[in-house]
Amino acid sequence: MERHPVAGWLFVLPATVFILSFTDLPLVATLASSLYTAPFAGHPGHYVGLDNYNGLIADPAFRQSLWNNVLYAAVTVPAAVVLAMAMALAVNAAIPGRAWLRLSFFLPTMLPMIAVGTIWLFFYTPQYGLVDRFTSLIGLGQINWLGDTSTALPAMMAIAIWKQAGFFMIFYLAALQNIPPPLREAAALEGVSRFYFFRRVTLPLLGPTTLFVMVTAAINAFSVVDHVVEMTQGGPDNASSLLLYYVYATGFRYWNTHAAAAATMVLVLILSLLAALMFGVFGRKVHYR
Amino acid sequence: MSATPALRTIGRWISASPIWAFGLLWGLPLLYAVWSAVHPPAYSTEFALNAPLTAANFVDSWNAAPFARYFLNTTFLVLFTVAFQIVFATMAAFAFARLRFPGQNFLFALLLLQLMISPSILLVWNYREISWLGLANTIPAMGIPYLGSAFGIFLLRQNFRTVPKELDDAARLEGCSLPARLWKVYIPLSRGTLIAFALTSISYHWNDFLWPLVVSDSVTTRPLTVGLEIFATPDQGVQWSLVTAATLMSSAPLLIAFLIFQRQFVQSFLRAGIR
Repeated sequence: MERHPVAGWLFVLPATVFILSFTDLPLVATLASSLYTAPFAGHPGHYVGLDNYNGLIADPAFRQSLWNNVLYAAVTVPAAVVLAMAMALAVNAAIPGRAWLRLSFFLPTMLPMIAVGTIWLFFYTPQYGLVDRFTSLIGLGQINWLGDTSTALPAMMAIAIWKQAGFFMIFYLAALQNIPPPLREAAALEGVSRFYFFRRVTLPLLGPTTLFVMVTAAINAFSVVDHVVEMTQGGPDNASSLLLYYVYATGFRYWNTHAAAAATMVLVLILSLLAALMFGVFGRKVHYR
Repeated sequence: MSATPALRTIGRWISASPIWAFGLLWGLPLLYAVWSAVHPPAYSTEFALNAPLTAANFVDSWNAAPFARYFLNTTFLVLFTVAFQIVFATMAAFAFARLRFPGQNFLFALLLLQLMISPSILLVWNYREISWLGLANTIPAMGIPYLGSAFGIFLLRQNFRTVPKELDDAARLEGCSLPARLWKVYIPLSRGTLIAFALTSISYHWNDFLWPLVVSDSVTTRPLTVGLEIFATPDQGVQWSLVTAATLMSSAPLLIAFLIFQRQFVQSFLRAGIR
């Protein structure tokens, strides 16, 4: 490494200015603003400690958004992992037309979340939507998927899974293709069953990929709400509201920026825990190569 | 004997049929949208084999909302954002990979914070900053919070560190300045990573919605995603054939690019995923 005290700083300056101004500074400012009241009638806001956080806990809409988000992550993360792995195993085998299958699985990934939202709005429409026509066909009757408090959140989960699974599939495919063929040949010579081979060889070798996929899916579960904004606006009755949606609605619909700041800090805490998990576990046991 | 290969083929198709059924099911939402977009509204939810094909939905939706303007806005937004990201990230990555300067490690940690907390989460405060700067409702405002990319710096730094020191030393002995060494040695050897970062970032910003929604409030700045959302959720009377046509149009540039450069896209996503 060469010493370049001035040139070094000049090289990092532009990126530094933008990252500090739009990530680090807002983070500190959000934390500070979550501890103050809003300025009112010319008086500056004053320090209120954790009052804004207590306000959040007292707000049923916040509690529900947080709980919804935990459920949403608890369903979409494992579902995306299992489906992605199954898709990869399926299209990694020599089956006819696998290029088309791969395309079918991967294409939703390339669509903007908003386009996915419109496609599923249509798909879920009472009477016209394919989902409703199918459920009527098998005698379940019509369900207003997005308008019912019991189905709105599951409807959002289905969309998140559909959008992501194909993306994670490509990571599993790459990992599968990295499994050395001699392992399989040796197993075949030993007469090992396919299930045993999968459980004892394939699955452990896919471990690092699974961890990566889980963390990415978990981060997405807490930071992507485009479909909620477009399709349900958190409704009906907050049934499909997620944390970031709560932040958005509190900050830009009700202009309660201090409550929004406190909610943002809760989100930041969750994302930091996820990151700590990723670095902690990744750092230690992931490098199998 | 001659029947055996044929039988085997049939057997392979049969054993693959559950996967095919699943693949078809997975494609159904998109296929349903395509069906509705290319048929007259009367057939948009009626499956008839003799349904006539039409391009009218595309033409009508294009004329029903300022999509041309939205396309222009998104294109400008993406080019602006990704171009600056690449230049800034390359410069910073070079310094972090090969130079020593005071405060380096502390600064690196401060920047990497962005890998955890994206500016899009901090939208309330960032909106305030953008307003103070007098940039609310401008296209650059949608890109500015992202111009410094910790992800890009991290990715490129990893790559720059693998560049053989001998090459760099040779360039230095020939009297190359720091920018010249970056330009002539490091960048040519990092094309794959640069493309990976560019493609990942282009798809992210082409599809970005929440931050542009917050920042834009007029036709002249709105990107495609925000325009599409407004078009798709009118107060009453959704015309599905127009909405699906508009949806496919908005997604088309990325989808077509992906279909042509599939391998490059997939390679890039793999490379960009921190494995």
